[in-house]
Amino acid sequence: MFKPEIIKKQKIIIFSLMILIVLTSLLNLVFGNSILTLDRIIPVLLGQGEFNENFILFSIRLPRLLITLMAGMALALSGSILQGLTRNDLADPGIIGINSGAGFAVALFFLYFPVEAGKFIYFLPLAAFGGALITAILIYLFSYDKNSGIKPIKLILVGVGFSTALSGAMMVLISSADRAKVEFISRWLAGDIWGTDCPFVLALLPWLLILLPAALYKANRLNILALGHSVAVGVGMKVKREQAILLIIAVGLAAAAVSVTGGIAFVGLMAPHIAKTLVGKRNQLFIPVAVLTGGWLLLAADTIGTNIFQPQGIAAGIMVAVIGAPYFVYLIAKK
Amino acid sequence: MIKNAKKNEIKKKLEFKYILAASLAVLLMSFLTAVAVGAAEVSLSQVWQALTFSGSSDKIIMLQEIRIPRTTAAVVVGAALAAAGAIMQGMTKNPLADPGLFGLTAGANAALAFSLAIFPTLNYFGTMLSSFLGAALGAGLVFGIASINKRGFSPFRIVLAGSAVSTFLYAVAEGVGIYFQISKDVSMWTAGGLVGVSWLQLKLIAPFVLLSLAAAFFLSRQLTILSLREEIAVGLGQKVFRTKIFLFLIIITLTGLSVALVGNIVFLGLMIPHLVRAVAGRDYRFILPLSAVFGAIFMLLADLLGRTINAPYETPVVAIIAMLGLPFFLMIVNRGRSDF
Repeated sequence: MFKPEIIKKQKIIIFSLMILIVLTSLLNLVFGNSILTLDRIIPVLLGQGEFNENFILFSIRLPRLLITLMAGMALALSGSILQGLTRNDLADPGIIGINSGAGFAVALFFLYFPVEAGKFIYFLPLAAFGGALITAILIYLFSYDKNSGIKPIKLILVGVGFSTALSGAMMVLISSADRAKVEFISRWLAGDIWGTDCPFVLALLPWLLILLPAALYKANRLNILALGHSVAVGVGMKVKREQAILLIIAVGLAAAAVSVTGGIAFVGLMAPHIAKTLVGKRNQLFIPVAVLTGGWLLLAADTIGTNIFQPQGIAAGIMVAVIGAPYFVYLIAKK
Repeated sequence: MIKNAKKNEIKKKLEFKYILAASLAVLLMSFLTAVAVGAAEVSLSQVWQALTFSGSSDKIIMLQEIRIPRTTAAVVVGAALAAAGAIMQGMTKNPLADPGLFGLTAGANAALAFSLAIFPTLNYFGTMLSSFLGAALGAGLVFGIASINKRGFSPFRIVLAGSAVSTFLYAVAEGVGIYFQISKDVSMWTAGGLVGVSWLQLKLIAPFVLLSLAAAFFLSRQLTILSLREEIAVGLGQKVFRTKIFLFLIIITLTGLSVALVGNIVFLGLMIPHLVRAVAGRDYRFILPLSAVFGAIFMLLADLLGRTINAPYETPVVAIIAMLGLPFFLMIVNRGRSDF
């Protein structure tokens, strides 16, 4: 189906991205307040570490690293699907209300539903997930048209409207809370990777394992949808059904990622773009590249954010936004 | 033909005068109601005494120092935001233009966070200036991005650009808030609404708003032509670029000052001009003044609602407007198929 040179190029790109991820991971593992030198990482990974080294690596650094990586991947995949679905390069999971829906739910939950401390961290992602899902469903319903399914433009506009309204509502919730709680919620909203425990790794992994193959399986349909509604109908596709399925996949991925990491925008916008410039617009080709790029982006942002701005660190979400906004400008300028 | 058109014009102007007079009357009524109704009960005669400075009991002082500045601020901000929205809609030919959606409020927000972090003891004039500069930055970014593209920009893409720039600026504001541990102070500013507005603040802000509004009315003819087609504007000998710069300055002044006074209010600038167009047509000489008046009325009533819905607690007006605005926004999106 593909020419050999395309496949070769694809392999090279994927391979180099993986190397990039490994290198960044090593940097991420080595930097930090407590000592774990580069030459000790491999032995510790192989089980020859001392107690404190094991603790630092397996209980603190590694889970965080994995979560960051997977969240970036999930967001990138979600963004790729949304961009295909809406036929718009500027779509991002944030646009279908994921971030604001999850953020609103987190603020509400945190302020009004006291749960005991031990269980709290496991309930919070659930609340975020629920909020994101409900918002996405509402946006879907409001942009649904009986005759032609979802209209991409309408989907995005309705999404922007919802995000704006929810941000307003959230600000109000925050302003009525006390100082410590505000700090926490702000950190959450800013996308400060906070779910850094092993259970969260397990909470995120199934989504990727199931939905990444599902998305790749649907890649051809995304290709057809990209040609326009009438073409898709013409080749006999059940457009409404496909759109709904793809949207569910995108929402599930983004909601899962955001519920663990906090509000992170721009990864889902940037990663698919970078991938498309590297390997072209065919979904089978660029989706894997986008996924790896997204994982790497968030990982790099987190590594920079936590280490350069000591001691508090800058939230990964903010680092991504700082990198992502100029990229966004460049994108529009180039068009 | 020409005679007929002139007749029509005169008729329209007359109609406009009636509508304007009626809405000004409604504004006055709303203002009086807003002053008279609230957590502390006052009688109408006390309101009268407070307004005419002909008495001095505790309640009258309360009215003069708390409630009247607050209601006045509602009028000023409502008029400013609605007019800013109307100008933006005309200038960008975008039915979805709104200071909140186009990055202005987010910019002001980010600038406020920065200035609170760097100068914790900033006085009122400083916050005003910084949120003005921030609004300029946000608007500059969105419009700048929009104008990079030679072929122009679809209304839809501007909305996306606005959304992305806003996301970025909010992230910056949050980052600064977290890093300097002033998130709470920033959020008090951005969601504060009209609580605690003083005469001092009003004295600083109101003159600028009035001046900008006057300038906007003065330019409303040019705005009408711009809102039709730029080619026509050029053809009619208009200095398009200069007009746009002036209008841009007016927009950021109005928005920046409103944010400095009440925080992030979205959708108001979107809603009001649409409502006004339903009665006043497409001529901005009519739309602008009416938008200002309608905006003032709306803000007064929204604030009144916020004060009374759950009295004695305040329901922030920012939330009320965001919630009222959303259905309206959805309606425009639904209706405006031909616009995109």
